[in-house]
Amino acid sequence: MTRVAVVRFPGSNCDLDALRAAELVGAGASFVWHRDTTLGGADVVLLPGGFSYGDYLRSGAIARFSPIMAAVQRHAAEGGPVLGICNGFQILCEAHLLPGALMRNAGLTFVSRPVPVTIERTDTPFTSAYAAGTLLQLPVAHGEGRFTASEDVARMLEAEGRVVLRYAQGDPAAPPGNPNGSAHDIAGICSAEGNVVGIMPHPERVVTPLLGSDEGLGFFRSFMTAARGAAA
Amino acid sequence: MSYRVQVRVMPRAGLLDPQGQAVEHALAALGFAGTADVRIGRAIELDVAAATADEAEARARQMCDRLLANPVTEDYELVVERPA
Repeated sequence: MTRVAVVRFPGSNCDLDALRAAELVGAGASFVWHRDTTLGGADVVLLPGGFSYGDYLRSGAIARFSPIMAAVQRHAAEGGPVLGICNGFQILCEAHLLPGALMRNAGLTFVSRPVPVTIERTDTPFTSAYAAGTLLQLPVAHGEGRFTASEDVARMLEAEGRVVLRYAQGDPAAPPGNPNGSAHDIAGICSAEGNVVGIMPHPERVVTPLLGSDEGLGFFRSFMTAARGAAA
Repeated sequence: MSYRVQVRVMPRAGLLDPQGQAVEHALAALGFAGTADVRIGRAIELDVAAATADEAEARARQMCDRLLANPVTEDYELVVERPA
């Protein structure tokens, strides 16, 4: 069985949603506390959304030094799949597992609404269930989601095809698809090897019709396929 | 010995600072004409145990590089004051 560890930091608040989404696709999911030092043999690591350590100093800046992060770094270095959602993405950037940083939204307001995004890359453990170019409506809920990187780094991400998810303009009459002023409309990126992925939208909030949509379920279905492939 | 260190962290020049823009607009709305380029950063003060001011500065720089500032988006300056 594919085992998923959902890391809980003080201030995580999408941890249960992430756990339920993993269970929904048939994974064995459990919580790992930020003070733990091992991932309990997990195949996949999820860093959930929330406001770890109250977002003090900068979002993710303190969480990245939690004891569990050494184990997450090792898991990532060994090629293990890691998905950071929202605050989890901020933590991955602060931990230098992903390049760039997430700054205060350009419009200053906390943005909480569904946004159109396109799947730009499908050979990651979290997006392989989607076809390239798929347009999804995924909820965002963040005050600090403006992806920022030097122009050199942004160009490198584009050249290496490391933009996984991009804000799209679905309906031309709708408000701008990019909700926060992110460079290159970037909503999610991956590591050079593709196993570490960070995204601002919350796929775990749209995994069953009961929640209005199950368009996000593919992020979780993807790692089930990837993990089976690795085991075979 | 312990030195008081003042750290000033600012968003890197050229990066959008929406907080600064909002405050600039608020100042204009209050009638303060002629204000421009408002930028908002963060001030951090701390006592650093060290034998010399140079050592205190070196330690404070390490703290800035590792935690207090994000090298992707922020620049910092620090001032070591006389022993606390």
